[in-house]
Amino acid sequence: MWALLWKDVQLELRTKERISSLFVLALLIVLVFVLALSPEQAQGAEISAALLWVTLLFAGMLSLQRAFLIEQERSCLSGLLLCPFEPSTLFLAKLLGNVLFLTIVEMVVTPLTLLLLGVRWSWALLTLPLVLLLGIVGFSALGTLFAAIAVRTRAREVLLPLMLLPLLVPLLIAAVKVTAALLAGTDWSGVWLRVLLAFDVIFVVTGWLIFAQVVRE
Amino acid sequence: MNFPYNAQSAIDRSAWVVEAENLQKTFAWTPVLEGVSCRIGMGEVVSVFGPNGAGKTTFLRLLATLLKPSNGTLRLFGRAPHESAVRRRLGFLGHDSFLYPDLTPIENLTFYGRAYGLSQVEEQINIALEQIGLRDWGNTPVRTFSRGMEQRLALARALLHDPDLLLLDEPYTGLDSRGVTTLQTTLARAKAQGKTVVLTTHDFALGLELCDRAVILHRGRLSWRSAGPLPSLQEFVAIYHLVTQSSARRTADCGLRTTDC
Repeated sequence: MWALLWKDVQLELRTKERISSLFVLALLIVLVFVLALSPEQAQGAEISAALLWVTLLFAGMLSLQRAFLIEQERSCLSGLLLCPFEPSTLFLAKLLGNVLFLTIVEMVVTPLTLLLLGVRWSWALLTLPLVLLLGIVGFSALGTLFAAIAVRTRAREVLLPLMLLPLLVPLLIAAVKVTAALLAGTDWSGVWLRVLLAFDVIFVVTGWLIFAQVVRE
Repeated sequence: MNFPYNAQSAIDRSAWVVEAENLQKTFAWTPVLEGVSCRIGMGEVVSVFGPNGAGKTTFLRLLATLLKPSNGTLRLFGRAPHESAVRRRLGFLGHDSFLYPDLTPIENLTFYGRAYGLSQVEEQINIALEQIGLRDWGNTPVRTFSRGMEQRLALARALLHDPDLLLLDEPYTGLDSRGVTTLQTTLARAKAQGKTVVLTTHDFALGLELCDRAVILHRGRLSWRSAGPLPSLQEFVAIYHLVTQSSARRTADCGLRTTDC
């Protein structure tokens, strides 16, 4: 698994296509929203939380597509399927890769977004990376599974969001609710955090179990 | 024509590497392979000939476990084909190189070496690059390579983990004369080491030069196989044209058709 992950990191270090496009897209989305919202609207915790997750969603979609496009050129996915590891190992490596790249992007984009939206500092914000990470894990798990399906089709750019977004709704609602509570300085460790954790587990286990059926013919 | 590698002594037919029974493959209701049965022994080199669309690539991808048969059974090394222990013993060279264009040959081979769990992978990579004549290109991105150089590197990738069954789909494509010599030398070495090789090619002379058995696939069926000593090149060309230009019925009437190799 580490060889697979390191290969993806190596490819990214060589081309820098994924990280750079994710940064540009995420920053553009944040700027568009900040300019579109009035200062009063932008200061609402729910709006700020929603903006953070919408940004992550769009950037994440781009990252997922890139993760499997690099395996399409020269049919490298077939080469991976020939290797003597189980396809679930490939799933875990791709999942970790997506989590890694999205986390790197969020490390820059999140503070900038909070700054532009004028979110006031509180110690509770220190737990925001944990909430974002939980959301990224769930999103990447389901996204990795569907990206592997979509990449084999001609309409992959359309198919991936069409398949992925409806199933992501509960996870996104939970992530926005927890983030909003955290930004508002209220109790964020309630039922929505448990929902977020539950969907993380469901998506990771489901992906790990059925990925082999998805990538093999 | 001299066929120096056609010695039969290394073949162990008691240990079947490939056992295919009535293999069928259908894509979108279109049959591509129909009722192919064959057994290939340890150390045997089999050349598969046939016109475009005959099902050669599908046959090899089935053997490589990259496709599942629509019907029929396939066993490799006496085991179910999707076991990871089986995949470890397969080396496949397809139409695509399975190489990452933005990585260098050393990075590509290191990745595949680790994926196959090889120890001392650096040493094996150096030897492999030396053998295919790309030692000076080890740190150049594969994207800059010509078709022939990439094909040679793909061969090194397929051989890196020392597979027991080598599946080569039109391996001579894009190779210059030096590349062809390198490939022939590599295949001769593999044969001498008792490896099993199944290759498809449109080049009759090269295909016959190394093989112990030749078969012709036509319209998804195994339409002819060599029995006993291989025919000469001229004889084979005549057989090939007879098989591929005949209808299935005429071929059967000529006594050429068989479903078992």
